[in-house]
Amino acid sequence: MRTINLKKILIDKALVIVLLFMIIGIIIIEPSFLQWRVFTDIITQSAVKMICALGLMFPLLIGGTDLAGGRQVGLAAVLVASMSQMATYSNRFWPNLPELPIIFPILIAIAAVAVIGAVNGFMISKLKMAPFIATFGMSTIVYGINCLYFAKKPNNSQPIGGIRDDLRILSSYKLFGQISLLVVIALAAVIIVWFVLNKTVFGKNIYIVGGNPDAAKVSGVNVNKVIMSVFIIESCLVGLAGIMEVARTGGANSSYGNAYEFDAISSCVVGGISLSGGIGKVSGAVIGVIIFTFISYGLAFIGVNANWQLVIKGIIICSAVALDMRKNA
Amino acid sequence: MEKYRLKVSNMCKSFPGVKALDKVQLEVKPGSVHALIGENGAGKSTLMKCLFGLYHPEEGTIELDGEKVEMTDPNTALKLGISMIHQELNPIPYRNVVDNIWVGRFVKKGMVVDEEKMKAMTEELLKDLEFDIPADTLAKSLSVSQLQAIEIAKAVSYDAKVIIMDEPTSSLTVAETKHLFKIINRLKSEGRSIIYISHKLEEIIEVADEITIMRDGQYVGKWEIKDITIDEIIHQMVGRNMEERFPPAEGTVQEEVLLKVEDFTSAQEHSFEHINFELHKGEILGIGGLVGAQRTELVEAIFGLRKISAGTLTMNGKTIVNQTPQDAIKNKFALLTEERRVTGIIPMLSVWDNALVVAYKKLANNVIGLINRKKIGKSVDNICKELDVRMAGTDTLIKNLSGGNQQKVLVGRWLLSDCDILILDEPTRGVDVGAKYEIYKIMRDLAKKGKAIIMVSSEMPELLGMSDNIMIMCEGKLSGILKQNEATQIEVMKYATMFSNKAKEEDSE
Repeated sequence: MRTINLKKILIDKALVIVLLFMIIGIIIIEPSFLQWRVFTDIITQSAVKMICALGLMFPLLIGGTDLAGGRQVGLAAVLVASMSQMATYSNRFWPNLPELPIIFPILIAIAAVAVIGAVNGFMISKLKMAPFIATFGMSTIVYGINCLYFAKKPNNSQPIGGIRDDLRILSSYKLFGQISLLVVIALAAVIIVWFVLNKTVFGKNIYIVGGNPDAAKVSGVNVNKVIMSVFIIESCLVGLAGIMEVARTGGANSSYGNAYEFDAISSCVVGGISLSGGIGKVSGAVIGVIIFTFISYGLAFIGVNANWQLVIKGIIICSAVALDMRKNA
Repeated sequence: MEKYRLKVSNMCKSFPGVKALDKVQLEVKPGSVHALIGENGAGKSTLMKCLFGLYHPEEGTIELDGEKVEMTDPNTALKLGISMIHQELNPIPYRNVVDNIWVGRFVKKGMVVDEEKMKAMTEELLKDLEFDIPADTLAKSLSVSQLQAIEIAKAVSYDAKVIIMDEPTSSLTVAETKHLFKIINRLKSEGRSIIYISHKLEEIIEVADEITIMRDGQYVGKWEIKDITIDEIIHQMVGRNMEERFPPAEGTVQEEVLLKVEDFTSAQEHSFEHINFELHKGEILGIGGLVGAQRTELVEAIFGLRKISAGTLTMNGKTIVNQTPQDAIKNKFALLTEERRVTGIIPMLSVWDNALVVAYKKLANNVIGLINRKKIGKSVDNICKELDVRMAGTDTLIKNLSGGNQQKVLVGRWLLSDCDILILDEPTRGVDVGAKYEIYKIMRDLAKKGKAIIMVSSEMPELLGMSDNIMIMCEGKLSGILKQNEATQIEVMKYATMFSNKAKEEDSE
């Protein structure tokens, strides 16, 4: 009986084990990888990805997806950046805009993507569209809107810079001189999402809708409401990621966030969140993101060619999905 | 030593938390019908899936005509001459009958599929079996019994030595079942062996030559059918005497009318219309009728799952509206649906979560819907104990439970919701004899507590044995309401076929 369990654990955790070995391999090739600075770098880099992965986890749990996730990161980034430039900066997006309290641009950006989430949710719940194609269409729409806004005169598609310090502080202030506020936000988000998914009726209903929507309906769960809420929450989270990107990089342009949803979905799948819905834990998303960032950082650290890095990442994703199918068949 | 077509010995198979097969044996003679029976969860389906290469047993051997064989996958099984009529029909909806029969072994002419030849083969096969189904119909437009016929034709077309039939008559009418038996007898005379799995014991006595009984994953014994009676079979199946199949009624019906249904008419055409009835506190109201009488449609409409064009519900003297299931639950209705797998269980979640789907909202009655696992865990434990759900623990995934135990969890789901009116749509379909009795007892207990129960049932004994009043529907109309003491099988059938000449003809066949 014990050996059977061991085998099951090996299959369940196969990918994590292989990836841990890769990390050990990287350390052997380049022992200097093992230093505090690298670690804090990776954690900081993980912060934005973590928020995206938490966001995408919601549609994945109901058996959906959001291919517009990355473009929403970009839209939120451009919106927030365009409204939080220093008054003294020369190329202002809105030349006559006074310096608003920083919360306003943030709320406007979040509200904008929340509307997009609501439309996604509407298409999928009320219009019964397949999430894949509905959000695929939405990604083009969002990118188009973003580019239109970004091309507005006098900006004319110039990268937005001169972000105010009260937004940049999220990345520049270091707790204990080491950890940025971005990491703190990510950590808080992890705890909140964990709480919602595991401790509240809404969280349970997400798993139930993902597991068997027909049974959920008969049991009095408002399936459409759950789907709508899932997409709105997801959009707010990726919007937050966009704002954090602006704080991290000190600027924005319309290509921000491109393909972020793929990294997020990949991390979730590596962490054992099933693409068929109903299965997956927050801890899985966390592990997935950290391992993924470790690998990409590590591969770059030991000087692997960027194109090869893409190939390796792709292989990891395919293996993760293959294992998912095996586990939950 | 006797020669066997198929011999299974010492087979063992475990799943997380359960030993599904424990040293099971099965011996099937050539040219005979071998019935395999046992309660749900006894391991019949698991054994058949091992035989068909869908599961891989940990121990045990399979011998075919004296030769040891290894069933690695269904393809191997089919090649070795074992075909199977599956219990769950899985048609490919947008493909025609031809494709559905020959899928996996399309006939080719050079590089391309030989459509014409396949069509001819299909027509010949269907004609040979006397099934009147056009070969180019799409599967989605076939009725359930026609799909079952296609499945039978498919199994026969493999030219197999052993044909496994898992509940082949579950959706067939009496006449169609007779037709199937004719086919079975012909297959038998051609020297083929048939393994016949069914819950309908009368059928088994009629068609089988030998019988193997299983209980709790173990082999109980093998009998010649002429040496055993139905009572003895039931006794061996449950391992105890079943003196009474139904717990006695205790006169729990109260004067007070709980629910009044008036002029209920579906928004869809050819569905139920102008239905009127009253439901009293403590009453078990059975709804009988033939397939297509629109009984499920009616109760689903009462529960807010289907739209109505006219009709009112009056509960405790007040008019109520159930537009959605949420409304219905708020009005203290509960509905156990007919299709356990489709609209009942959430397979990858635990028993715990499955039991609480409806009640979460009520038990976590605070602003953010916070769930206190400790506080509400006890009610789940209690309900599972009360209903005698057999499992490793409430953390077990529900998909690992047997059908009967899954059904008990679903009954528990609604009991936890604290309903006043419990609608049960075929509550014991696919549930074994022992669990059936337990479900009946639960129904009686609830009636005693003053709850009202509406039970849709196609099983005549259940309808007659459990209902205080029986309401019979025919072609969407209410054809009669019988009191328990005046209801007989003949009376019920009379009302069930009242408006349909076609059904009458079929009955007199």
